[in-house]
Amino acid sequence: MTVNTKQLKQKIAFSIFGTMSFIVVAILVIILGFIVIRGIGVINWEFLTAMPRDGMTHGGIFPAIVGTGCLVLGSMIFAFPIGVLSGIYINEYLTESWLKKVIRMMTNNLAGVPSIVFGLFGMALFVNYLKFGDSILAGSLTLGLLALPVVIRLTEEALKTVDDNLRLGSYALGASKIQTIQKVVLPVAFPNIMTGLILSIGRVSGETAPILFTVAAYFLPRLPHSISDQVMALPYHLYVLATSGTNMEESRPMAYGTALVLVSIVLIINVTASILRRRIQKKNRMN
Amino acid sequence: MTKGRRIYEKIVTGILFSSSTITSLTVILIIVFLFREGIGLFSHTPTEKNYVIAVSKLNTVPVISSNELADIFNQDITNWKQLGGRNDSIIRLTVNDLSSIFTEEELGPNLEFLPAKVNEYVKATPGVILYLSKDQLPPGFVGRVIPVKKITVKDFVGGKHWYPTTEPIPQFGIWPMIVGTLMVTFGAILFALPFGMATAIFMSEVADIRLRNILKPVVELLAGIPSVVYGFFGLVVIVPLIQQLFKLDVGETVLSGSIVLGIMALPTIVTVAEDSLRTTPRALKEASLALGASHWQTLVRVIIPYAKSGISTAIILGIGRAIGETMAVLMVTGNSSNIPTSFLQPTRTIPATIAAELGETPYGGLHFSALFALAIILFLFTIIINLTVEIIKNKSKRA
Repeated sequence: MTVNTKQLKQKIAFSIFGTMSFIVVAILVIILGFIVIRGIGVINWEFLTAMPRDGMTHGGIFPAIVGTGCLVLGSMIFAFPIGVLSGIYINEYLTESWLKKVIRMMTNNLAGVPSIVFGLFGMALFVNYLKFGDSILAGSLTLGLLALPVVIRLTEEALKTVDDNLRLGSYALGASKIQTIQKVVLPVAFPNIMTGLILSIGRVSGETAPILFTVAAYFLPRLPHSISDQVMALPYHLYVLATSGTNMEESRPMAYGTALVLVSIVLIINVTASILRRRIQKKNRMN
Repeated sequence: MTKGRRIYEKIVTGILFSSSTITSLTVILIIVFLFREGIGLFSHTPTEKNYVIAVSKLNTVPVISSNELADIFNQDITNWKQLGGRNDSIIRLTVNDLSSIFTEEELGPNLEFLPAKVNEYVKATPGVILYLSKDQLPPGFVGRVIPVKKITVKDFVGGKHWYPTTEPIPQFGIWPMIVGTLMVTFGAILFALPFGMATAIFMSEVADIRLRNILKPVVELLAGIPSVVYGFFGLVVIVPLIQQLFKLDVGETVLSGSIVLGIMALPTIVTVAEDSLRTTPRALKEASLALGASHWQTLVRVIIPYAKSGISTAIILGIGRAIGETMAVLMVTGNSSNIPTSFLQPTRTIPATIAAELGETPYGGLHFSALFALAIILFLFTIIINLTVEIIKNKSKRA
């Protein structure tokens, strides 16, 4: 092969790859642009703070926003401590052994379980077997289990970025393993762990399938009183508006508005996390 | 170390350990509960509770399966000979039909003669098959209650009809959904793989740091958009587009599902493939370049072969993402329980079926169990996918 055809081939191939990458960017821009353009006109103070009315064709989505907030909070209260603790155990305590392999494999398996299966499981265990009923409690626990592998993985990653010399230095000063983790490892890894927390919140707030049969209410224009109440939730509300509203033509604008609010929440969360991460990286580099 | 300190450390270690067992525990509980609820489909007779099937005493067919019953009621089977019985035409009957055969006078004002008439009719009609509730069974019944075979796993997986609420005999065949799920997933990967690989290669090999800093967040954002939003976008944009493009009656098709799922599987494929392309040792690349190979040749002959296992992992994880996806598919594939024969027909996948039907299903019935059995199938799919990934990883580690 001559140098020229070699170069030409490379040029063609790389420009095809470049074009295809550009199409991927375009897909994101189109999806977001479409939702923003259609949804922005619907968003106003009333939409964000009022109850839905007239068969969900008017009013606002306040209860769905509050409901999603409750579910995120509830699932994180459950998943965050357990996830961080088990991340610490896997990364700091377990050496390469069969136990670590088993725990890893199970965690990966759990991460691969489809969200609808979590929904069924949550319904069978929390709603029916433990008799929590359709409730914030059942929904939060289901979502918490779904978020658990994510929190664990991100915690592990955060702990891996901590320089081993720090640990060794701490041991050399006579500190015990737990003292080292508490006083040296965790403070260093803390910002990264928080990034992980934010990312898992983003994941949880958009999930629909796990809450379908554990907590989500089709229409409930009031705020929850306790953790055994049902709530509306943004993703499920969008699904209802898009597919089974009483008057689909008239509720379409509400659907666009809900989609925009949901996407905004999720994207703000993701962007915050990535800004945070970049800042940490910069700081680490400076040190 | 003081004694108190030691106890404290023991307790903390214990807490850490028990936290790390929760995921394993959850996986086990998921299996237990899916089977607990799903097993009912195979351990109960597939007729409504308190209902029986009766035939004439002269009938020699020993037992009957729910598929045969469905064929009988759809008139695909019309003679008992086809089931290995006597040569009698099959006469299908429910108790309500009797009121049209006999006059009101014959049945009496309060249907008090109905039981006698049932006996009379069954005795006179050797080909009869009668569907009735247990308390409608007349005293001194002259016919024979024919036992209905339980549904086997083979009936369930291979059955071509999913009519979970049909009276008298519901049908729980999930073959159409398995075909639908596989077709939608296949289409999604067909779309996501070239775009995903191209983007991964472009990001790791071609793009400068500035372009990479644009592409990476784009992929992360694509991964972050909730599935219900993809579904909504598919419903209002892609579905009408496909309907117009191919001049279809409905735009909710396998193809729409594949496109939406393809977009959703993209981030998984890009991220995993890019990571593995990056792990190629610098020395390998430079050796290839030093031998006079172009960047492209190095990519094709050195980097991609080196990253092979990572790339296969990316594809498999992409498939996993697509198979389990629920809401988006539910919203764009049209929910038809027929077996799709082309990409332009509506279908319904396993997860979409569960999501669409569980809400309206009474707790504990056959239909309820069938949906959990569907979840078991889905769970098995994902376990297989995870194990494959695990095996590939171990192999590449050893190599």
